[in-house]
Amino acid sequence: MLRHVTALGGVALDGLRGVGEVAILFFQCLAWLARGLPYKREVVEQFYFIGVQSLPVILTTGAFTGAVLAYTSYNQFVALGVESWTGAIVAKAQVWQLGPVLVGLMLAGRVGCSITAEIGTMNVTEQIDALSTMGTDPVRYLVLPRVIASFFMTPVLTIFAMMIGIIAGLGMTVFVLGAEWHFQWVEISEWMVSYDYVQGLSKSLVFGVTISLICCRNGLKTTGGAEGVGKATTTANVASCIAILILNLVMSIFLFYAQPLWDRVADIIAYAVSEAMSVLIGWWNLAA
Amino acid sequence: MAEGLSDPARAGGTFPGGEAEVISLKNVHKSFGSGDRRISPLAGVSLAVARGGKLVIIGPSGTGKSVMLRLILGLLEPDGGEILVFGRRLSSLDGYELQEIRKRMAMLFQGGALFDSMTVGENVAFPMRAMGERDEERIRVVVSERLRQVGLPDTGDKMPSELSGGMRKRAALARSLACRPEIILYDEPTTGLDPITSDAIADLINDTHASLADIRVTSIAVTHDMRVASKVADRVLMLYGGRIVGDGPPEMFRRLGEGAPAPGASEEDRMIRQFVRGEAEGPIRTVA
Repeated sequence: MLRHVTALGGVALDGLRGVGEVAILFFQCLAWLARGLPYKREVVEQFYFIGVQSLPVILTTGAFTGAVLAYTSYNQFVALGVESWTGAIVAKAQVWQLGPVLVGLMLAGRVGCSITAEIGTMNVTEQIDALSTMGTDPVRYLVLPRVIASFFMTPVLTIFAMMIGIIAGLGMTVFVLGAEWHFQWVEISEWMVSYDYVQGLSKSLVFGVTISLICCRNGLKTTGGAEGVGKATTTANVASCIAILILNLVMSIFLFYAQPLWDRVADIIAYAVSEAMSVLIGWWNLAA
Repeated sequence: MAEGLSDPARAGGTFPGGEAEVISLKNVHKSFGSGDRRISPLAGVSLAVARGGKLVIIGPSGTGKSVMLRLILGLLEPDGGEILVFGRRLSSLDGYELQEIRKRMAMLFQGGALFDSMTVGENVAFPMRAMGERDEERIRVVVSERLRQVGLPDTGDKMPSELSGGMRKRAALARSLACRPEIILYDEPTTGLDPITSDAIADLINDTHASLADIRVTSIAVTHDMRVASKVADRVLMLYGGRIVGDGPPEMFRRLGEGAPAPGASEEDRMIRQFVRGEAEGPIRTVA
């Protein structure tokens, strides 16, 4: 019994240590960013790898998820006589939860594993030490470009996943299940508000940075040759997926309570924009 | 005791004849692991290396030779004692200052540590770009010159995986030379190579040292290979049991290894004799 408790304590301590190291890595990235931009070539490569090359798998995931959700929901809603809600439900689910979470999980698999395996292999073959000896900080050269690319590309990929999911859901509802297009679109327009997109995209920003930091940290901590790289890659993937699920819950609760604040901010922004427009139009009329 | 055994008083200051020291270790301790698994490769080592010298560190496996090189580069931190490089105490430097110090040094890693995602030419160009060189024409000329210097004139476009073990070490040496370092560290430069290639690498180390004579480069090599040590060194140092057991010119080691053991020889002399002769029996305990 004591042995199991000790083992459990060890796992918990390792987890806490990992969280601390990821946080340190994050602040190291911020410190390098404050000193200047990272290596341009590396950043461009990572944008291409994380963003462009992930697009096919993200589009496939988004499309099939939207279609299956529409198919399942429609058959339930028909019984309740509210089949016109199908498109709106699919849109809400895609934007709130499925888009950011599925993109996060897919990126943890496709991009995260690759990051850990690449940096881990560099570590066990002394390439990271070689970088350091040439006066190049591994955090600046390897971690920062990946974190920046993840920060920008994860929301972009999430937007694609949301769009394709909604389109696929509508396609399934209208063309396969024979629902009326007009009513689906009206419900979507009524249900969706700006805060839905704020929720989905803010989650994807956090997920992207978290995945890249966890996977880079695991790569930099890799020891023990090929077996070590394999273990580090698996651990990074599992840790990234668990982190996404936990963060999704925490952020969902936080963002739910933050909605009134956003509504106020949105009102202020809308007011400021309308005032600015009035001034501009007034100025334009005066000049004319 | 072996003549010339490292004198702590020498570790810090200047050598007889006014030779400035570039590296100084003062009572350095380094351990790994904990409890029963704790090992202490360095237990109070003091050493001073003069500018322009060729020091070879020998000793059985696991005696802290490579650890010493990593400590000098600041890749590891000592548990106790202090390390000065170019007169700067490494423990007092921040990350940026350490990088600047490292830019004046180069290390040839055991496996070469070439970046396997880059061509050989890009590898050799890497330290120049890392140091801010932007003139691509100059980079091209230097890369070509360094590859020719190590006997690999037409390999710039090859990937590291296309090279043999000896060629990889030569390419790594070309990369080390790219920025004309003031200190070059060689970690087991001939391990895994056939005797002829090992001899060629030893010649290359001597040629490299001679080619950088104008900046009075300091070379430190770690090896098991007594032939290489004899050929390269103007000073040999033997580590065993966490301490220096022999420090002197290569002739001293050759003399101690030849003929019958002197009556009343010290334990250190018997260790040197055993290592130089490659005998299993003796005061050095080996794990078969």
